[in-house]
Amino acid sequence: MSFKATARESSGITVVDVSGRITLGEGSTMLREMMRDLLDKGHKKIVLNLGDVNYIDSSGIGELVSGFSAVKGQGGELKLLHLTKKVHDLLQITKLYTVFDVHSDEATVLNSFK
Amino acid sequence: MGSPTNRIEVTLESVLDSVDLAEDISLRVAVAAGFDDDARDRIGMSVREGMINAVTYGNRGAREKKIFLSLGLDGNKMVIRILDQGQGFRLEDVPDPLAEENLLKTSGRGIFLMRAFMDEFEVRPGAQGGAELVMAKRLPAAAAKPS
Repeated sequence: MSFKATARESSGITVVDVSGRITLGEGSTMLREMMRDLLDKGHKKIVLNLGDVNYIDSSGIGELVSGFSAVKGQGGELKLLHLTKKVHDLLQITKLYTVFDVHSDEATVLNSFK
Repeated sequence: MGSPTNRIEVTLESVLDSVDLAEDISLRVAVAAGFDDDARDRIGMSVREGMINAVTYGNRGAREKKIFLSLGLDGNKMVIRILDQGQGFRLEDVPDPLAEENLLKTSGRGIFLMRAFMDEFEVRPGAQGGAELVMAKRLPAAAAKPS
């Protein structure tokens, strides 16, 4: 399944529904461009819904970290929602699970923003 | 007499498509070898990471430089070799991506993932330069046997 990302607004927070593979090449590039575009437009409260992301490689992990740092650098917050088991396991063994604010319920993550 | 060796050898260009192709080939071999879904994912990702390493860091995207991929069933394990034509590197020089100061780096996790996902992993200098990643996964029946 190829990469796809669609942004929507909910209570002033941007939720990006991501599906497919976030890997070196198309997936990573598209995610990077989308994050850059959101920040350029002033969106600083962002949720990445990864519920339909079935595969992520080290390049994709790097893109998540890059997005996290870029949003934080502009005073915003990037949070993750609905990790699949594969992505969850990958973030755990790379110790990034504790870096990201990860949620399993959309209402909860929306309410968690300051 | 040892078990017969079955091997596939492929020469690939240093392009992104080669990463996907190598991953696909490794998954087919892993299916044929009888690995379950989790093990196949780990093998596929390790080959993917090894190829990314070879294309991006070894051959630095130079299309004329090749990557030599070898996958084989050798005794009780699946053995994968990925050889590039770059400068080579030493495993001990690779920064630990789990170190506090490296956690938010955007790259440098590929080697760590290969070591985590495979039963054996080492980096050897290629006979004619470059780096050769050699990794192995015990075959399902062998993995189930007590050591």
